[in-house]
Amino acid sequence: MSATTLSLPARTRSTTLLRRRRLIDHLATVLCGLATLIVLAVLVSILWTLLADGLPGLRWRTLTHVTAPPGAGGGLLNPIIGSLIQVVLATAIGTPVGMLAGIYLAEYGAGSAFAGAVRFVSDMLLSAPSILVGLFVYLILVEPVGHFSGYAGVAALVVLVIPIVVRTTEDMLRLVPISMREAAAALGCPHWKVVLLICVRAARAGLLTGVLLALARISGETAPLLFTSLGNLNWSVSLNQPMASLPVTIYQYAGSAYGDWVQLAWTAALLITAGVLLINIVARVGLARQDSR
Amino acid sequence: MSTHASGGAASAAAGARAGWGDPAFAGLARLCGLLVLLLMGGIIAVMLYGGRLAFSTFGIGFLTRSVWNPVLEHYAALAPVYGTLVTSAIGVVIAVPLAFGVAFFLTEMAPGWLSGPLGTAVELLAAVPSIIFGMWGFFVIVPIMARDVQPALIHSLGHVPLLHPFFSGAPFGTGLLTGGLILAVMITPFIAAVMRDVFNAMPPVFKESAYGLGSTRWDVMRKVVLPWSRTAVIGGIMLGLGRALGETMAITFVIGNSNRISPSLFSPGNTIASLIALEFPESAAGSLKLSSLLALGFILMVISLITLACSRLLLRTGQTVRR
Repeated sequence: MSATTLSLPARTRSTTLLRRRRLIDHLATVLCGLATLIVLAVLVSILWTLLADGLPGLRWRTLTHVTAPPGAGGGLLNPIIGSLIQVVLATAIGTPVGMLAGIYLAEYGAGSAFAGAVRFVSDMLLSAPSILVGLFVYLILVEPVGHFSGYAGVAALVVLVIPIVVRTTEDMLRLVPISMREAAAALGCPHWKVVLLICVRAARAGLLTGVLLALARISGETAPLLFTSLGNLNWSVSLNQPMASLPVTIYQYAGSAYGDWVQLAWTAALLITAGVLLINIVARVGLARQDSR
Repeated sequence: MSTHASGGAASAAAGARAGWGDPAFAGLARLCGLLVLLLMGGIIAVMLYGGRLAFSTFGIGFLTRSVWNPVLEHYAALAPVYGTLVTSAIGVVIAVPLAFGVAFFLTEMAPGWLSGPLGTAVELLAAVPSIIFGMWGFFVIVPIMARDVQPALIHSLGHVPLLHPFFSGAPFGTGLLTGGLILAVMITPFIAAVMRDVFNAMPPVFKESAYGLGSTRWDVMRKVVLPWSRTAVIGGIMLGLGRALGETMAITFVIGNSNRISPSLFSPGNTIASLIALEFPESAAGSLKLSSLLALGFILMVISLITLACSRLLLRTGQTVRR
């Protein structure tokens, strides 16, 4: 009897506590859902703005005409070609270097202090301010030569590609089971062949993903190109001359006072974002397929 | 390590024909690793070398004074350093709760069919180039700030005793607060991705036992997951901060370009990166101005490297604790 009278208030206390905990839990759920909605809303707002403002200017003549003074009906041909040249060249140069460094970290550098330092520095380079990479290349490749050039732009982008490829190469090679290496070595395969013909082939889908992500990342980079390839309003495919690129053209046109230039900036922004997001989606689909295998 | 030994044995067995291949390949790979170190060393050294004129002309005053006067050729770092720190701080303060909410929602709340696409959407936001954030900020956010947010803040907080210096001034729409807001939007996906991975890496048995004891999701998050993943979560936040400190193009569009320190969050300012992007084209090679910009670049490099190094160490400690 006395036990029940004692337990009654205890039980009501525990129900209010439970109710409070559930209330807090519901509140947390609502707030977290709200946070996710905000982030999604930002993405939708950006894509919507790009489509609404960029699509009206996306015509065939925009893609086939070179940039021109305001009002003269210019297009985006030279920024598009310039971006393609610089991005493809930078990826082609940066990928082998980054991959070899990644191979060193995964296959040769176990436990060595030097490899630890390379890994640490590469990860810092991955997030280092890209505008400083532009300044660095300006001082070693532009100032001594005396003029801006496509070469310098490519060099700046190479510096950005390397750490991305290092990171993905090491991560992907570590996923290759050690038994495959042992099997190849037991057959008398030299170590370098084990790495190149067995490990790299086994991880090739993941490695390709890394290269695609690097490509996507540098396609949108503006700051490192401002002081290196500078941008060029005339048609030029010479790497020894200043070279136009889509991001720098966006920067120059978006802040201008001319309606048609701002329109071209939006169209360029739509092109670059669509390209970057498409590459990202392709890379992620490829990676998902690799994981499911 | 075992591959190392077996690889060495294998190459010895393969004989002289393959004998040079292994050392050559290993040497080449090592050289590329060395190149990464040289790149980083080169960037720091070149900044310092390029900034020597500014450091020798202004001495320690370069760090402590806030003047930026191209006419009198007086340059100092305090105003852009202040702008960098304030915008990054605003960005992190806004981004951390958002990122935590997103990561919590993705790992614990969203049903399986939803969390995959949602995660991809957040990752795509991280992939959007920074100049696009800049344009979006300039054409979409700045008008909203000027028309609605800033007048409302001035009206409500502009008269509160301790807060009013921060929320006074003219509502131009640009300024430190807008810059911080854009930064927050940009770094939220990065922090959320790290948090999600960290939360997912926790062995499910911990969470399951807490749920088995009758915990709600919030109890599990606050009393089990967060204490366990604290170090790595802070590492992820530092990573976001490192990104925010060096962000250039998005800030350049909305910061307002002024080199004065003012307590008001609505006043135009500059960050180190935006100042370099805006003023560099107007500085002649070899000039004191260019040297000052490079010295600023060196300062930015040091600040962000310290932040990123802390982030890396914390993330690594978090990982080893987990194993």
